[in-house]
Amino acid sequence: MIKVENLTKYYGNFPAIKEINFEVQKGEVLGFLGPNGAGKTTTMRILSGAMPASYGKASIAEYDVFESPIEVKKRVGYLPEYPPLYREMTVYGYLKYVAKIKNIPRKKIKDSIYSIMEKCSINHVAKRLIGNLSKGYQQRVGLAQALIHNPEVLILDEPTIGLDPKQIIEIRAMIKGLADEHTVILSTHILPEVAMTCNRVIIINEGELRAMDTYEGLSAGLRKSEVIKVGIKRENEEIIKLIKGLDGVLKVDKDSEKENSYNIEVKLGADMREEIARIIVENNGGLLEMQTVSLSLEDVFLQLTTEEGGSA
Amino acid sequence: MKNILAIAQKEVKTYFISPIAYVVLTIFFVIYGFLTFNILSYFNLQCMQYRQYNQGFPEFSISQFVLEPSLHNMGFIFLLIAPFLTMRLFAEESKGKTMDLLLTSPLYLFEIILGKFLSVAFFLIILLLITFYFPATLFVIANPELPPLFSGYLGIFLMGSAFLSIGIFASSLTENQIIAAVITFGILLFFWIVGWASHMVGEPWSTVLKYLSFIEHNERFISGLIDTRDIVYYLSITVFGLFLSHRVLESRRWR
Repeated sequence: MIKVENLTKYYGNFPAIKEINFEVQKGEVLGFLGPNGAGKTTTMRILSGAMPASYGKASIAEYDVFESPIEVKKRVGYLPEYPPLYREMTVYGYLKYVAKIKNIPRKKIKDSIYSIMEKCSINHVAKRLIGNLSKGYQQRVGLAQALIHNPEVLILDEPTIGLDPKQIIEIRAMIKGLADEHTVILSTHILPEVAMTCNRVIIINEGELRAMDTYEGLSAGLRKSEVIKVGIKRENEEIIKLIKGLDGVLKVDKDSEKENSYNIEVKLGADMREEIARIIVENNGGLLEMQTVSLSLEDVFLQLTTEEGGSA
Repeated sequence: MKNILAIAQKEVKTYFISPIAYVVLTIFFVIYGFLTFNILSYFNLQCMQYRQYNQGFPEFSISQFVLEPSLHNMGFIFLLIAPFLTMRLFAEESKGKTMDLLLTSPLYLFEIILGKFLSVAFFLIILLLITFYFPATLFVIANPELPPLFSGYLGIFLMGSAFLSIGIFASSLTENQIIAAVITFGILLFFWIVGWASHMVGEPWSTVLKYLSFIEHNERFISGLIDTRDIVYYLSITVFGLFLSHRVLESRRWR
């Protein structure tokens, strides 16, 4: 559905993105992850047709973004970082204007406005001025703007920014629901969001693609060690010593947040749970809990964006 | 065409739901009314004096002594307010980040520019229609000539369109509305007074300066002369201003 080849954009002499390549299949939700200034917004703006690239190719639904921009724009809904809203218009008036310039046939305008207001749950503020709405509602009106012409591709730049937790959950559910008929690209700096909504993740830093995989793939591929968390009722120097002495155990740390809890770092692939459990039980330590902790996306993200070269 | 009208309609609505339209119209008509009242009183005084010394009615033309100066004033007052009508058209979109909506909608850039131009041109037409109250009253109390009135209004409309097109160009340059207004005002005032220097320079420059000046062309319209040269002058300024806006907006996308 979306194909990007060697996409590059210079601002003056400064390269915002450098030779980016990726593809997105129909119905997929792709997450864009990266620190501020990584080039997420630049890539999205080029794909939506707001800005041309310096060189490279991008196409949406077989239409080239540079050669047939009008065809592309008909098929793309774009929610920029700052939703493009006219503060002095009412929600209904604004959506009516958007519907017109997005070439929705005159007869269908009313229906599409009502159905999109329903979808984004903004129908009760239809007659209010956009400037008087809270940030969360403004964000939803922005989302409605991107969705009103039922585009095949949705490009959302930090869609959950400024929303309260309940609204965030709603919007995430909505994006997941959209994935069936739409292809979605979304950028975010909230990492769990990617894990919850996206099929695939692209990590981008300093304008370069650092990684592209599923969430599970990313965290699995980067794990060098595993952490086992154990809770011991009666702490005992002897137990810790014995565990440290086990072959394959790299490090034993006392958990800083939870009492009677230890993080045991072990070599990847060496399943040490049985031995550890036996040591604790045999020494009458009182095993309370034991769990394997997988590397969080935060850790992956930090590794990829701080480690020069990462694994791409 | 549908897209152009959709944009124009939205812009006209914005003028009338915000205070802009009402403030601009009020200021325009206070000043215009004050000046026309003065012209009419002065004309009245002149007629009375003439009658005292010559006995009998003077052969003064109400068209020449009342309508023509009032049309002149109308043009100049519009020069003063045009920058405030156009300053927001693109500067506000850039500042409010709403330009992204237009740029990512299936619209050509020229449709956006023409839509905005149409909206202010429509505003100008409304303003001119309201000023008809003055010639209309004159028709009730006297019998002014009709043709110079129409050519005068045509001239003002063409000149006003040129003002607005220059204003749109200035608005496309910046995201600061005040800067847009000042640039517009500077360009308009310069082209208004540029003809004054024609006495100081020799040929061919004096002809060039006279040709460039807004006043020279407008004078012929107001005195009832419709000349294709004047129409071409105003239309080419209008088209050139819109063309420059297109170039500026296109190049800003690349940055």
